[in-house]
Amino acid sequence: MPKVTVDGLEIEVPAGATVLQACELAGKEIPRFCYHERLSIAGNCRMCLVEVAPGPPKPQASCALPATEGQIIKTDSPMVKKAREGVMEFLLINHPLDCPICDQGGECDLQDQSVAYGRGASRYDENKRAVTEKYMGPIVKTVMTRCIQCTRCVRFAEEVAGIEEIGAIGRGENMQITSYLERAVTSELSGNVVDLCPVGALTSKPYAFEARPWELKKTPSIDVMDAVGTNIRLDSRGRAVLRALPRINDDVNEEWASDKTRHAVDGLTHRRLDKPYVRKDGKLVAVSWAEAFDAVKAHWSGEAAVLAGDQVDCETMFAARELAGSAMLEGRQTGLAYDTSSLSAVNFNTTIAGIENADVILLVGSDLRREAALVNTRVQKAVRKKGAKVFAIGPVTDLTYKVEWLGDDLSALTKASKALADALKAAERPAIIVGGGALRYEGVHGAALAFAKKYKLVRDGWNGFNVLHFAAARMGGLMLGYAYDGGIKALAKKKPKLAFFLGADEVDYSLFAKTFKVYVGHHGDQGAHHADVILPGAAYSEKSGTYVNLEGRVQRGERAIFPPGDAREDWAIFRALSDVLGKRLPFDSLDALHAEMAKAVPALGVEGLANYGWSEPKLPAMVSGKIADYPIKDFYLTNAICRASETMQRCSAELVHGEEFLEAAE
Amino acid sequence: MLQDKDRIFTNLYGYQDFGLKAAQKRGDWDKTAALMKVGQDAIIEEVKASGLRGRGGAGFPTGMKWSFMPKAPTPERPNFLVINADESEPGSCKDREIIRHDPHKLIEGALIAGFAMRARAAYIYIRGEYIFEAKVLEKAVAEAYAAGLLGKNAAKSGYDFDVFVHRGAGAYICGEETAMIESLEGKKGQPRLKPPFPAGAGLYGCPTTVNNVESIAVVPTILRRGAAWFKSFGRENNHGTKLFQISGHVEKPCVVEESMSIPFRELIEKHCGGVRGGWDNLLAVIPGGSSVPLVPAAMMMDVPMDFDGCKEVGSGLGTAAVIVMDKSTDIVRAISRLSYFYKHESCGQCTPCREGTGWMWRVMERMRTGDAAASEIDMLYEVTKQVEGHTICALGDAAAWPIQGLIKHFRPEMERRIAERGAMLEAAE
Repeated sequence: MPKVTVDGLEIEVPAGATVLQACELAGKEIPRFCYHERLSIAGNCRMCLVEVAPGPPKPQASCALPATEGQIIKTDSPMVKKAREGVMEFLLINHPLDCPICDQGGECDLQDQSVAYGRGASRYDENKRAVTEKYMGPIVKTVMTRCIQCTRCVRFAEEVAGIEEIGAIGRGENMQITSYLERAVTSELSGNVVDLCPVGALTSKPYAFEARPWELKKTPSIDVMDAVGTNIRLDSRGRAVLRALPRINDDVNEEWASDKTRHAVDGLTHRRLDKPYVRKDGKLVAVSWAEAFDAVKAHWSGEAAVLAGDQVDCETMFAARELAGSAMLEGRQTGLAYDTSSLSAVNFNTTIAGIENADVILLVGSDLRREAALVNTRVQKAVRKKGAKVFAIGPVTDLTYKVEWLGDDLSALTKASKALADALKAAERPAIIVGGGALRYEGVHGAALAFAKKYKLVRDGWNGFNVLHFAAARMGGLMLGYAYDGGIKALAKKKPKLAFFLGADEVDYSLFAKTFKVYVGHHGDQGAHHADVILPGAAYSEKSGTYVNLEGRVQRGERAIFPPGDAREDWAIFRALSDVLGKRLPFDSLDALHAEMAKAVPALGVEGLANYGWSEPKLPAMVSGKIADYPIKDFYLTNAICRASETMQRCSAELVHGEEFLEAAE
Repeated sequence: MLQDKDRIFTNLYGYQDFGLKAAQKRGDWDKTAALMKVGQDAIIEEVKASGLRGRGGAGFPTGMKWSFMPKAPTPERPNFLVINADESEPGSCKDREIIRHDPHKLIEGALIAGFAMRARAAYIYIRGEYIFEAKVLEKAVAEAYAAGLLGKNAAKSGYDFDVFVHRGAGAYICGEETAMIESLEGKKGQPRLKPPFPAGAGLYGCPTTVNNVESIAVVPTILRRGAAWFKSFGRENNHGTKLFQISGHVEKPCVVEESMSIPFRELIEKHCGGVRGGWDNLLAVIPGGSSVPLVPAAMMMDVPMDFDGCKEVGSGLGTAAVIVMDKSTDIVRAISRLSYFYKHESCGQCTPCREGTGWMWRVMERMRTGDAAASEIDMLYEVTKQVEGHTICALGDAAAWPIQGLIKHFRPEMERRIAERGAMLEAAE
């Protein structure tokens, strides 16, 4: 642990720290543009210059200089001040200074740092450089004249997104950042470059000219587009969520978010259910809440089935379960029927952050990039930075890193190839990831567990057995008992008279032809089309909710805005309905509900990783056949909110279906 | 004056063939294995003792540079020698003459130097525009392979060594050692941050030494004739013979091998037939290629042409590319042209150089016509100071120094133009 002196303050810094980190530890702010904690060091903006002794008699880039014993660092000397002023002046000479019409205004590093470290006025009298816009796809808007060539976007694309599609062409003052052949960037993480860009060169296309940052109310929330449980911040103004940004959580999403997380929010204002409906003569007719409740009461026989959708919070599922009073609960809409007697056997036990440390990873029927984009970046990191080996069983797909494909025959799981077996034997931290694409085949779950046992994937201090879910409600649902023995088909055979569908839009409704269907949800999607009664609920942005992500992490999000029209928060709907049905639920507030829920399932009462222990159920391990395909066909249109989002539709058309869009100017 | 018997490059002017047979007649590849037999450390010590300083411009002691290389490289992480033949400095043309007419000196030097630093292979990175030279070099390397002088058991020394010729694509910045390594790896030629230095992590992350063509090409002769012989030329700390490249307003521009520390006046008189129009007509000299500040005539006359001598007059020996300018030169325009060169060749990676070179050139263009304010001279000077020392590589410094030299020595000329232009504008109104 070297000791250094920063502005007269002696501190001890961790070995391997840079001078910049040492300065931060000493509480000194070091301005920077190119340096970013999660990207490699470029050292090209020269803004972080400090004076370091011993060393050459010139300022040093602190981001790239290792802190060593006995260094004397000055961050406030005249030399440093002059250097910063100089760099700032250079950065601004070719910057258009069009802040009034720039979306970055108010959250711009260049603005902030030029106020703090600039010289106040420019001495540059020549013409400024102009750069043509580059097309980067439906998410990223470019105004490249503003670019200061920090190359954060280039490094992000290569190191985190795993695509080498953004780069710099030209040299000197003609250097320009562009996408490969100016085509759309084919990454499901492209929106992150908008956050990374320290200036207004890359801004959000869907959010263009929508709002200024100081007008927005910022609410911490949890994303429900996939099962990762990305920590997000919802920025809203009035009754509309204008954008979603990631919050920093190193255990879950670091500081990234997928494009779906960021840009599906415009779907929250389209196709909304804002009134109760009752089907009369085959047609859905808007009615009052009382009338809708009466229609439900007419079919109430003391119990009901509940089918939960992919985006439901635990509170809703708990309230529905309490009211329904039946074991007919199911959340696996598409018919998966794996054994849930041990939650640890269907959990992502390695944890999202932990998978980075795996040295051999076997993917079974999992299109990780589309099913959990941010888990994929972790695996990518394990491969690129730590040299992990990845094997996969399933149809070949592009995961952005090198994968050894073992074919799509499931027998590869019971008879591991020599390469795989050798790698596993030599591995210290081997892991398996079983995706939904494989779990639908009988015996795969058991075979995967047997595989884990054979190769000791679960060992001291390491659990390498992982099941990958891609529905935000899944783990919470399983904890609340939303898993019927035999899955949804077995449940349908019980022919429930009444069933509540909680935002369930992927269910095969033909199974429930004879059932009276009450749809409680927020979008007029497939579920609403088949419903006999619609009770309009709240989307994830409109209610405080508990979600459990794929690694069993219990997280709470807060309400950002109110539901539209007559729509209400879902738990309150069940509470009100319980009065009508004469089965009063014992909670009048969200807090009371939380208390009840914690009583029933204690793990849901504590935020953080739930401890499932480790137990292996005895399951048949015979497998045969092939993995035909992956469950997610269109990454951008996986749920009702996405399908209502114009941005996601455009992304799907362009990036999945290859449609070409012309820019307005063309 | 250097005697003919002491010349290292005996075919500098191409009067003989460049091929292997002719080269062997001149003494190249003569008992190379015996030279190597003394052992790696002995070779490094001999080069250290000879006082050879890097001929690429910075003048870093070559033997010391080699001694930084790991002594026991592993097969997974071999050592590499990279030879910098990306000679693009305006005024420099010595490496071209070596490769054209005496390539085997370089190739033999590569083997010996590579052996001394325990390198697995040498990459000769040759400037893209040197098409003929690249062909000659490739042919010479092929000859050496065919004769068993390279490859397995190179020159029967028991050491396996390969030499690869890699052609650049015409970027000045690829002459910077780390940018050259990036370019060799197939990436955009942009200098890397140091540390790590190439001797720790260079080409493909392996320990690498980057040497100039001349530094490598003189090594076999130093070993043959002894360090003491080489050290007998030049002043203390500036030993050896050196290729000087004199261009500009002299009667007979030439490339000539001379002893280090030869006085400037003697160099020009003996080899170039004097300054055009006589010594009174000399305006200024750039003694070491475009990157170093110019020196006005009066200060230059008796300067010993070596690293320390040029440094004393506020300039540098650089690659010993002496650019002589007589009084017909538009000195502001000359420096402005250099500024354009640096603006054009800046890689664009780091801010001060990317933005500063363009700014400096534009102001210099206005200085040329006088279309500026007198106060802008100071501003220009400050801008050069803002670039100098703030960049990743030395290109920023190289762009700043010529302008600083101009302002230091020719400020009255710049002010005169501004005043004249101002007077003309006033008269026109």
